Amino acid sequence: MNRFFFLPLAARSLMNRRVTALLTLFAIALSVMLFLGVEKIRLGAKESFDNTISGTDLIVGARSGSVNLLLYSVFRIGDATNNITWESYRAFAEHPDTAWTVPISLGDSHRGFRVMGTTGAYFEHYQYGQRRPLEFGEGAPFEDVFDAVLGAEVASRLGYELGDAITLSHGIGETSFANHENKPFRVAGILKRTGTPVDSTVHVPLEGIEAIHLGWESGARSPLAALYTPERVRQMELQPAEITAFFMGLKSRIAALKVQREINQYKSEPLQAVIPGVALSQLWRVVSVAETALTSIAAFVVFTGLLGMLTAIMTSLNERRREMAILRSVGARPWMIFALLMSEAALLALAGALCGIAAIYTALTAARSFIEAQLGIFLGALQPGLYDLYLILAVVGAALLLGLFPALRAYRNSLADGLTVRV
Amino acid sequence: MSRRLAHSPAGETAIAVQDLTFAWPGGAPVLDIPELHIARNEKVFVEGPSGSGKSTLLGLIGGVLTPARGKVMLLGQNLGALSAAGRDRFRAEHLGIVFQMFNLLPYLSLIDNVILPCRFSLRRREAALAATGTLTGEARRLLAHLGLKDEALLRRPVTQLSVGQQQRVAAARALIGGPEILIADEPTSALDARAQGRFLELLIEECERAQSALVFVSHDTALSRFFTRTIELPEVNRAAQAPEEEGA
Repeated sequence: MNRFFFLPLAARSLMNRRVTALLTLFAIALSVMLFLGVEKIRLGAKESFDNTISGTDLIVGARSGSVNLLLYSVFRIGDATNNITWESYRAFAEHPDTAWTVPISLGDSHRGFRVMGTTGAYFEHYQYGQRRPLEFGEGAPFEDVFDAVLGAEVASRLGYELGDAITLSHGIGETSFANHENKPFRVAGILKRTGTPVDSTVHVPLEGIEAIHLGWESGARSPLAALYTPERVRQMELQPAEITAFFMGLKSRIAALKVQREINQYKSEPLQAVIPGVALSQLWRVVSVAETALTSIAAFVVFTGLLGMLTAIMTSLNERRREMAILRSVGARPWMIFALLMSEAALLALAGALCGIAAIYTALTAARSFIEAQLGIFLGALQPGLYDLYLILAVVGAALLLGLFPALRAYRNSLADGLTVRV
Repeated sequence: MSRRLAHSPAGETAIAVQDLTFAWPGGAPVLDIPELHIARNEKVFVEGPSGSGKSTLLGLIGGVLTPARGKVMLLGQNLGALSAAGRDRFRAEHLGIVFQMFNLLPYLSLIDNVILPCRFSLRRREAALAATGTLTGEARRLLAHLGLKDEALLRRPVTQLSVGQQQRVAAARALIGGPEILIADEPTSALDARAQGRFLELLIEECERAQSALVFVSHDTALSRFFTRTIELPEVNRAAQAPEEEGA
């Protein structure tokens, strides 16, 4: 005799109540889908976040907070409190441990996108993801003072092509009235999509930044500005006096801590150097509050789905007392009634979890390119793994725990009712 | 446990009740039977109005209730000596039960409903297999004997059967694997007079063929003519004699 006879019985009993069973299954599937979806996006977001910058050993800026420095230099969020002098930059650019440096200068914008002044070295050394270099979709790095290289998002959103002329605005507002319209830039290159803030950046040469601010030393346009025509400016020595920050690659990564200390203790000027990985994880800790909140909400949704199942089974119990009495009359023991109801809960949860997992993987695979392009979140390999197995076990485990209520009740009912059929 | 009893000769006692009393917790006794004997070859009609202790007696014989005092012997086995699990097993092996109505599990096919006891009792499964070779075959044989042989009918969901057909399926289920005792609790009360007669004739015939004792409980005295013996429950049950006026 089959000890697990109650599994097929439970399945057929559920089939008999298929509308309720399917609705319950659907609720569980949907909740598992949500939970797993949140989890995948969260992991993808963290992964993408960690991959925003790589290959850079130190980021150096004026002394503020490391998170702040990371935010403005890498994520283009917020502003630098102070600039650093060209002399300090040169001092560390020529440091014996330094392999390369990339200076950056922020503060202007173009139609809501940040403008970053830098050098050609940026396209050579800046890396993201698993040490992937920046790649050009079209064009090449800048050659002229008034060349610009656009991130993929800037180009696609604003519909720019190579050779288009763009005007930078002073400051970082979406609509700025202080425009540098007498010195337009020409689109010289468009970068391939990276899924990082690079996509939303307009890159111009440091000299270009310097050039458009000639006559703006007071912070606003002075009548002198009109005198600096592009033709004249090109003849001038445009070495900037200040930059916002610089990225640094070292000959040996082991030197990072030593150089960091040297920079932080630099006498001529208050500087700060951060190790990108360390700063990223500090920043992530700030974000992780929201992350935890999201995960808990998703977990509660799963719990709600299971509660729906509990309600469905509980309400079915009364109308099924006859079923239990019949089973008892043919020799079913009370524990078998208990097992029957437990298997119902387990079957519903298992089927729900499996459907939910299948659905979310299908949905994420289908929406993958959209998510990567629109949200900049890379989802990684989309194959069910050990985590999903644990999730199934957790959902079924929770269902069994909740299933104890109806199962115990049916057990007690069947003991009390015996062979009398009560309705 | 009681395997030796499988070969007990016909004529032996099927059910023996001695000094049996039963009371619900905190209540007065509802059942008090000094003595009751039913032999293996008997077809007994137990007659009693509602409230005369029929359901309680069935619960005690079925082993789902335990007596306050006295004993219930089935096929020589004292039920009181068995554990709850042992009584469940005993019921599965030796008892076929037919209820008043809605005897079938709506989610099982007609044939699967008949085979159901064979899932709980190895003895009945083996007996059914020995009779026809397959469980389905044995179920079909019993159903045919009880007048259900139409293939289309056998494939129908059990909820679409008439009450009379449902009761015959229930009878086939009670009979499969040849349990020694068949208990029917008002199985004909939802049938009209003609269907009642036909059902009873078939049931008694099948019990005879299987050599099972039949205990048929009903309040309808008109049915007693089909049986070899009638037991008036109010007469046997001393607890029911006092509040006689209750039966309307």
